Amino acid sequence: MSGTSWVFGDNVDTDVLAPGKYMKSGIEELARHCLESVLPNFAADVRPGDFVVGGRNFGAGSSREQAPEALRHLGVAALVAVSYAGLFYRNAINLGLPAIVCANAGRIRAGDRLNVDPEAGRIENLSTGESLDCEPIPPHLAQLLRDGGLMPHLEKRLARERGIRS
Amino acid sequence: MGMTMAEKVLARASGREVVRPGDILECSVDQVVQVDLSFALMDKVPTRVKSPEKISVIFDHSVPAPSVKDADGMAIARRYARKFGLKLYDVGRHGICHQVIMENAIALPGTLLACGDSHTCAAGALNCAARGLGDAEILHAACKGTAWYIVYPTVLFELEGNWGEWVSGKDVLFYIADKHGDFVNHNLEFNGGAVEEMILDDRHTLATMCTELSAEFVMFPADAKLLSYLRERTDRAFEPVSSDPDAVFESVLPIDVSDIEPYVALPHSVPHNTIPIRKLDRVRIDQAFIGSCANGKLQDLSAAATILKGKRVAPEVRLIVTPSSQEVYLEAVRLGYVSTLVEAGAVITPPTCGACFGHHMGVLARGERCISSSTRNFKGRMGSSESEVYLASPASVAASAMTGYIVDPREV
Repeated sequence: MSGTSWVFGDNVDTDVLAPGKYMKSGIEELARHCLESVLPNFAADVRPGDFVVGGRNFGAGSSREQAPEALRHLGVAALVAVSYAGLFYRNAINLGLPAIVCANAGRIRAGDRLNVDPEAGRIENLSTGESLDCEPIPPHLAQLLRDGGLMPHLEKRLARERGIRS
Repeated sequence: MGMTMAEKVLARASGREVVRPGDILECSVDQVVQVDLSFALMDKVPTRVKSPEKISVIFDHSVPAPSVKDADGMAIARRYARKFGLKLYDVGRHGICHQVIMENAIALPGTLLACGDSHTCAAGALNCAARGLGDAEILHAACKGTAWYIVYPTVLFELEGNWGEWVSGKDVLFYIADKHGDFVNHNLEFNGGAVEEMILDDRHTLATMCTELSAEFVMFPADAKLLSYLRERTDRAFEPVSSDPDAVFESVLPIDVSDIEPYVALPHSVPHNTIPIRKLDRVRIDQAFIGSCANGKLQDLSAAATILKGKRVAPEVRLIVTPSSQEVYLEAVRLGYVSTLVEAGAVITPPTCGACFGHHMGVLARGERCISSSTRNFKGRMGSSESEVYLASPASVAASAMTGYIVDPREV
């Protein structure tokens, strides 16, 4: 997958990704306010297939799935960060949004064109020619991602179980 | 090579002899806790559940319902709980889920608990391996009885020394945040003489707040204090876990609590963003809030009442106090804390998560500043994205409510 990168710093929290006051307005409205308090034009200007790049502790805070859901709704193809808060990481994977751990995420600049292979754990920076090694997504989680997230994965599993029974 | 507390719980729950950092496990979850907010936001309700006796539904985020959407969510949750015979903590029998989980011994030593709120590692104070999960995973756990976990390395904090006046678990957490920053992808374990001295409420505060360092499981020892608390609240059998003498810790960090003084977290994050209040310039406040899963407990209302007895909240400040459960509220009424606080000028709200996440019962306006005993100071967390939240212990919040600016409680 290839797209343009949007770069943020450390400790990007769930409340700037999915502001509490729009939580009950539906994902359409909520996504329009995603990251607005740190980058007001983000939701309007991000394009399907783009990447969001962060520093340490990306997604700190709440259990709200709306944080990764808002990014997915805007068409963000994958996340790249030095580290993720565990709960956000789980939610991202469970919603089918690849979250890639890359110790050198700080080398990516806003607007760089990237080519990202989440399962192999490789990023090609097409703007600088640099290649960045990342942690490959573990196989167990890669399967969830391939199924489109936890719910589609569960539906598949239940369908299979029903198939065995009948 | 031995295992840490969290590793032992995960090994048992996944049916393995041994687990090591890096393992990804499918575990049987011992208890699943669902909260009202999930029902207000989700479009799916399970048509079957795996083990009804292992599921509790607790109303806490929006109590009593401030909107039709919240009320609809609770109506769905009531029908769901009734259909499967689940334990329901409805309005009036409710509290913030982590407090209810403790008071009702839903969390037990040595067990694995999943709940749809991020501060679930609070139950680590009960020697229970607990962490928050998203709504999809909670539904999965309710339907299938399992969840996936990554085994992370454990950091051990050894707390020794003497507790200073008005120094609490909240201050310890901010001290750790100051010295060490976040603990992404790490389990934390606490022990030592100064932990033994902590009352259960305060351990629970410290465990809750580890969420703000992005820790995974947070474990406290099952000592005599915990066991006697649980004996009064449950007949269910349980098997506490302790770390093996040869357990592998990524690091062991000694802390002398004698070095710790009342701390404050500055807006808008906690890791590496906390300082002793003493070092803060005079910061005026509009609102003071005492409540949340971290600090709306009996110990917290007691601290606030002690500081505010016979005093008044500063004229330009509003003090909002939210007991963390009906049980805490009633006990605070009996002990006279509630009348002391109301006499001082406080507003007492029903138990709810409301103000902490900017939902209701204390939302901030544009340009306002709040000193809060709650959990988070993210931008816009308690209301307007142009407001500011400083975090501190209930004693520090009460003292600040009185002076009108953020102050070390030892100075009033």
